[in-house]
Amino acid sequence: MRKALARQRLVACTLFAALAFNAPLLWLFDTAVAVFGVPLVFLYVFGIWAAVIAVLAWVVEVGHR
Amino acid sequence: MTDTKKILIADDEPNIVISLEFLMKREGFAVSIAVDGEEAIDKIRSESPDLVLLDVMMPKKSGFEVCQEVKGDPSLAATRILMLTAKGRDTEMAKGLALGADAYMTKPFSTKDLVEQVRQLLGLTA
Amino acid sequence: MLSGSVIVGASFAYLVVLFGVALYGDRRADAGRSLIANPWVYALSLAVYCTAWTYYGSVGRAATAGLGFLPVYLGPTLVMGVSWLVLLKMVRISKAYRITSIADFIASRYGKSRLLASMVTLVAVVGIVPYIALQLKAVSSEYGLLTGAHPGNAGDWYRDTALYMALVLAAFTMIFGTRHLDATERHEGMVAAIAFESIVKLIAFLAVGVVVTYFIFDGWEDLFVSAAIAPDLASLLSMDNVGSKADWFALTVLSALAFLMLPRQFQVAVVENVDERHLKRATWLFPLYLLLINIFVLPIALGGMLRFPADVIDPDSFVLTLPLSEGYATLTLLAFIGGLSAATSMVIVETIALSTMVCNDLVMPLLLSNARFRRWAPHDLTGLLLLIRRGAIVVILLLGYLYFRLAGQAYALVSIGLISFAAVVQFAPALLGGMYWRGATRNGAVAGLAAGFAVWLYTLLLPSFAKSGWLPMAFVESGIFGIELLMPERLFGFDEVNATTHALFWSMAANIGAFVAVSLWRPPTAVEAGQASVFVDILKREPRGAARFWRGQAKIDDLLALLARFLGAERVRANFASYARSRGVEYIEELEADGDLVHFAETLLAGAIGSVSARVMIASVVQEETLGIEEVMNILDEASQVRAYSRELEEKSRALEAATQELRAANERLQELDRVKDDFMSSVTHELRTPLTSIRAFSEMLLDDPKTDLAERKRFLGIIVEETERLTRLVNQVLDLAKIESGHAQWHETDVDLIDLIEHVADTAGQLVKSRRAQLLLDLPPAVTLLRVDRDRLIQVLTNLIGNAARFVPEAGGEVRVVLRETADAVRVDVCDNGPGIPAEAQAEIFEKFRQASGSGGKPTGTGLGLPISRQIIEHFGGHLWVSSTPGEGAVFSFELPRTLASPAAQTAEAS
Repeated sequence: MRKALARQRLVACTLFAALAFNAPLLWLFDTAVAVFGVPLVFLYVFGIWAAVIAVLAWVVEVGHR
Repeated sequence: MTDTKKILIADDEPNIVISLEFLMKREGFAVSIAVDGEEAIDKIRSESPDLVLLDVMMPKKSGFEVCQEVKGDPSLAATRILMLTAKGRDTEMAKGLALGADAYMTKPFSTKDLVEQVRQLLGLTA
Repeated sequence: MLSGSVIVGASFAYLVVLFGVALYGDRRADAGRSLIANPWVYALSLAVYCTAWTYYGSVGRAATAGLGFLPVYLGPTLVMGVSWLVLLKMVRISKAYRITSIADFIASRYGKSRLLASMVTLVAVVGIVPYIALQLKAVSSEYGLLTGAHPGNAGDWYRDTALYMALVLAAFTMIFGTRHLDATERHEGMVAAIAFESIVKLIAFLAVGVVVTYFIFDGWEDLFVSAAIAPDLASLLSMDNVGSKADWFALTVLSALAFLMLPRQFQVAVVENVDERHLKRATWLFPLYLLLINIFVLPIALGGMLRFPADVIDPDSFVLTLPLSEGYATLTLLAFIGGLSAATSMVIVETIALSTMVCNDLVMPLLLSNARFRRWAPHDLTGLLLLIRRGAIVVILLLGYLYFRLAGQAYALVSIGLISFAAVVQFAPALLGGMYWRGATRNGAVAGLAAGFAVWLYTLLLPSFAKSGWLPMAFVESGIFGIELLMPERLFGFDEVNATTHALFWSMAANIGAFVAVSLWRPPTAVEAGQASVFVDILKREPRGAARFWRGQAKIDDLLALLARFLGAERVRANFASYARSRGVEYIEELEADGDLVHFAETLLAGAIGSVSARVMIASVVQEETLGIEEVMNILDEASQVRAYSRELEEKSRALEAATQELRAANERLQELDRVKDDFMSSVTHELRTPLTSIRAFSEMLLDDPKTDLAERKRFLGIIVEETERLTRLVNQVLDLAKIESGHAQWHETDVDLIDLIEHVADTAGQLVKSRRAQLLLDLPPAVTLLRVDRDRLIQVLTNLIGNAARFVPEAGGEVRVVLRETADAVRVDVCDNGPGIPAEAQAEIFEKFRQASGSGGKPTGTGLGLPISRQIIEHFGGHLWVSSTPGEGAVFSFELPRTLASPAAQTAEAS
């Protein structure tokens, strides 16, 4: 049953990523704001990306134990 | 039959003690009394009776424990034990005999039988 | 500038190293210590997704579209997140049936259809050729850029570096992919080399990124701030240039599907997978790889745009030109090697995958179904297989070169790549649909693929030819035959999206539409239904499914001889021997030539020549009955019935287990009750015999000796009477308890005033207290609620409690106190004594039957049933009875009766 839980987590995480990487969410961060010169939308995409990878890694490597 | 045989009555029922005491005295034995298991052990050691009328269900130490202790002690090996119990199960009897009791009687007993059994154990039957 | 010889030398040196890695990988595989049986290697091999397009093209794309290069990598990230849903199924199917390519996979699903296999192969070749051209273009133009040559122009073909590169790569691919004489579907050495290349290209790209960002510029802030104030670049920092939101979404979907459908991805992710558990690591490691290789794309693009004047340098080459112009010669060489690495890995895997398809799914089925070929063919066909594959490799690479010469110049790298992506996603409906939809049919798949491919050709490939000048532009600009509705890049006037999205939409619409519509035209045939159930249910059932659908006769010798022609006699015998052992048979000859064996042989053969050819060959040596759809459906029904039945059985056995558990518990309870009853009987026996003993002894003594003196006689008779009373009491109480416990007791409920009742008991029980020279004190309120209870029973309880208390008070100064109090919801009575108290451990025990606390006078005189009976009585009325005591300070027995017992009369009185 732990396996099924891990799979549901993976699907949920993927759905979230699909939502976050597309309109309208992505375009909400398309502003003139910059952090240390780096545009917010750049930080947003790579930040979410990294977070999604971290969650995937946790689910498959640690979470199901 | 030179000296008087000593009998210890160990029972916690006062009325039974009274009856046994009367019965034994009538037969000419010297009688002492204990009302619980510990007292029984003490008196067996201090007075070294020839025979103990030992009730199974007693406070502090059961008759089985007393019997086991007496039979485990070589210095008390000469002490005869007649166990009395109100619980009439066969297992009880077997247990008592296995622990080294010399005889076993269930309550209520016939006074005649008891006296006879006591005399036999003491080697007094002619 | 770097000299051509240095670059060529370094490139060759690199290829030699690569070959070394592959050789080492193969050696390890032969030695049984597989290098690639490792989740890290598997994840890295997936990075063959990142080609020269990624390496050079992403930067070029970023230079005009900002973050617009990203969806191509976000799509695969999403796919990996649900890899267990899609990839795992593909891997498992492919392992069970030794699938050798994506064409094999699709054809196999639809009844090992030859037509479908060759269609998929053709679409793949046509679709992928531009992609291979892209790699050639990238490497040769970067080479030209570094050395100053001008590649790929209309000059003499024999001086074109791209041609030589194509030939060199063809040679390497042959070495990598078809080095072995035995034709199997797996290439361990190649996978090891691909994983190695993935590391090289990542390190090279990151090195360029770091140098550009931190050495050529002064960090991220410097780069981004400089770009923000440059008039042309500011828009790259926002989403302004990425195209429409629909394009972004379409590109994400396109790349997600292409990631699954590209022949080389299918090769590394599915065919070369050695252990499906490796998917777990890849789930996050491959997306991480994508993130890392993309993080410096925008900085490099911005750097190039800031450094070079507009339109002088092709942004596709910034990865090289930036370090080159700043004098980083070694880094430039490393960057070139990285790009070469990206291109070669793609070309090698893609070409191996395509050549396998061409051989197994196009050429072999054609040859094998040709009667003349069968007569003419040599006995040992392994050499022929390798020959066909090698020929296919050369042809495919030359086609790539041809496309590069014809159309490659007009396009940026990314645009060429997208043409290929759009082609391979045409497989998606048939492949994915086939894995989840039982109703999909071969005709549906053929129709969908044909329709989708046709639309792709018309909307994407032909316009690319036109723009390169090889076709007239007229049909692009005004539609075929001048019909504007048919303009290839704005079909039916749909022009809100870019050309790729446009082609994707229309081709997918046509593809899925035809696939579904034709599939639904008629029910699946027997073969289709069988394969459908095998594919759709792969995760649910053991992978022998297909054998169930085979009926016929076969001879083992025929099968052995056939397989030996493709696989070599020795290998075949070894495989059959281990199969025999798994069936518990010692010799191959003893094997039963049943459906399972035929299926085993066919699968073994499929690993070498693909499922379509294997089917043709096996069919040629065995006599088969064609199963009707009815029979297949029956087998499937049976299977599902068996499944349902076994589920039912499982449930039943679970229920049985639960019932057994309950029974066991009940039995234990019964045994416990039995033991309790036994103990009770034993206790009753004891309690009866004890007084009888005295009675008998004294009676006999009086009988024996009539001359007993009068005082003694009186004393003995007194004892006999006393013991007789005790017996009577005991018998009464045992009966009483039995009645209460069994629920047969009679209860006479009346309105009882507890004050009255306590005073009554005090009168009768007072004698007993006084006989102990103790005092009985009452502490009563002026009035109390009337309770509807059994008066006599309560008297019994109270008498028992007071009697108990009296027995335990000290000889001098004894005191028994009865307190009555009324609380909000109960009436409470406390009976307190100043006796020795009851130790905590005995407080629960005294409520058990025949357990008595020792009073001050040695042997207690009760029966040992008073308290249990009292408690039963109080609990009968919904109250409770308990004791609290501190040893040395007396004991308090208390009971509470709930006010819900209040008599109706009292309740009305209270209400008014």
